Amino acid sequence: MTRLLEISGLTRRFGGLVAVDGLSFGVAQGEIVGLLGPNGSGKTTALNLVSGALKPDAGTIMLDGRPIAGLRPDRIARLGLARTFQLVRVLGSMTCAENVVAGLAFRRPVLWGEAAARRAGALLDRVGLGGRGAMPADALTYIDQKRLELARGLALSPRILLLDEWLAGLNPSELQEGIALIRSLRAEGTTIVMVEHVMDAIRSLCDRCVVMNAGALIAEGPPAAVLADPAVISAYLGGDDA
Amino acid sequence: MTFLPLIPATLLVAALATLPLYADGYCLSLSLSLLNYTVLATAWAMFSGPTRYVSLATVAFFGIGAYSVAVLGEVLPWPLVLLIAAAVGGAVALLVGLSTLRLSGVYFVVFTFGLAELIRQLVTWYEVNVTRALGRYVFVDVTQAQIYWQMLALATLVFLTGWLVGRSRLGFALRIIGDDETVAPHVGIDITIVKVALFALSAVFMTLAGAIMAPRWTYIDPAIAFNPMVSFQVLIMALLGGAGRLYGPLLGVIPLTLLFEFLIARFPNHFSIILGLVFLVIVYLVPNGVAGLTARRAAR
Ligand SMILES: Nc1ncnc2c1ncn2[C@@H]1O[C@H](COP(=O)(O)OP(=O)(O)OP(=O)(O)O)[C@@H](O)[C@H]1O
Ligand SMILES: [Mg+2]
Repeated sequence: MTRLLEISGLTRRFGGLVAVDGLSFGVAQGEIVGLLGPNGSGKTTALNLVSGALKPDAGTIMLDGRPIAGLRPDRIARLGLARTFQLVRVLGSMTCAENVVAGLAFRRPVLWGEAAARRAGALLDRVGLGGRGAMPADALTYIDQKRLELARGLALSPRILLLDEWLAGLNPSELQEGIALIRSLRAEGTTIVMVEHVMDAIRSLCDRCVVMNAGALIAEGPPAAVLADPAVISAYLGGDDA
Repeated sequence: MTFLPLIPATLLVAALATLPLYADGYCLSLSLSLLNYTVLATAWAMFSGPTRYVSLATVAFFGIGAYSVAVLGEVLPWPLVLLIAAAVGGAVALLVGLSTLRLSGVYFVVFTFGLAELIRQLVTWYEVNVTRALGRYVFVDVTQAQIYWQMLALATLVFLTGWLVGRSRLGFALRIIGDDETVAPHVGIDITIVKVALFALSAVFMTLAGAIMAPRWTYIDPAIAFNPMVSFQVLIMALLGGAGRLYGPLLGVIPLTLLFEFLIARFPNHFSIILGLVFLVIVYLVPNGVAGLTARRAAR
């Protein structure tokens, strides 16, 4: 039985720098996998490779048994992969509802017009933005923009969702809401890969963690075990040669 | 409900269609200029408004239209001439779009400007070396009133198309691209196809404008048909009116066509300098265009 997402030997260089170096891991259907690592370890680059924003120099990525490495991002999105961005990206000139419709109108099957408006309303409710459909997206607070970005991702009805530090920059009470929201997604069976630095969130949400350092995988396993791993600790404490 | 704006629009077009029945030659010719710039600026904004890709290729397509007529006008029936002109303009736009819409910002501006100049030089070279006459006479049996009605029909079509595109997934995709080109592909939008399709659609209207206007000159040469000033004028009109809305460019076309008409008549030798000044003032004072101003006021 192959897993929903299977990454192997994934490599990407920027000039002399190997940002992702032979990375291999998999994500099973319904699983929440945390992608951890110190700053600059290549987590965002890995998500960019999987979502098609960047092309890998080497390696394979299989989504539900289908090779997607090097495909255009729109093709990958239509195959059922959604993502959020480390620096939140909402469509600022549009309303909240239009932001969500953006996620509905170009996926397969297409949702447009009345049906899309209805579904967008439901998705806004889902992330806690109920009733704000007509509000301009750039008038939202930071956390609400993050919610909106999540709703746009969910609009794709993704088979897998990539979250890049979606919980970063939230205050403690917002963080609890955010964690509850992601947990409720898991309850619905959504498969998630989340890049995260917030340890509380990792411990309470992730089934498994993958830890990167300098582009390479250094540990993999349940959150508690991984976070106690000496190699992980020394990587986080700043040893480049950990 | 959403079809409501069609009623006053239809009445307006019907009223405008009666103009040749009572207007004198000067008034008709001015109205023709207004219609021409309306088509060009609205077509320009159809692509450049949402994507914010500034194109200076307007006159390249306009000139292609005019030359199609100069070459084929006498030999083929008029509808066929228009069809061929539209096809040539559209094909050039597809080619150019596919090769350049990956360029961003200033590179695209420079490329489109270069394209118009390149086509002008190519036509000049061909005329000088092959046909051995720089200019051409446009022999098409058509009255000023008939040109006017055709331009009015084209203007109506451009608005109708813009209105439909604005309500379509295509138009929505273009707005998303304009807002955030990084997000667009990750929601499943093939940004290349969307941009190229809209660029070609807008180019077809520009080409048709050139084709319909060509008989008005009776004589054209590359400097007339591919006058780069036209691209700049269209750009400035769309910017003044506001390229973010369908009716925006019209708000710039009316005052500026009248202003340019006046300036050309009064200061024929200093027209370019004054045009430059007008450009600066507009970009400085109304960065979002008149339509943007009124919308902001309404939102207050
Ligand atoms: N487009 C790029 N061009 C050149 N270098 C890049 C590019 N993107 C990332 N890098 C480099 O690749 C390395 C990995 O960056 P990446 O953003 O993937 O790290 P990260 O693990 O997401 O870090 P953070 O936790 O700070 O978000 C860094 O050294 C970064 O400077
Ligand atoms: Mg990152």
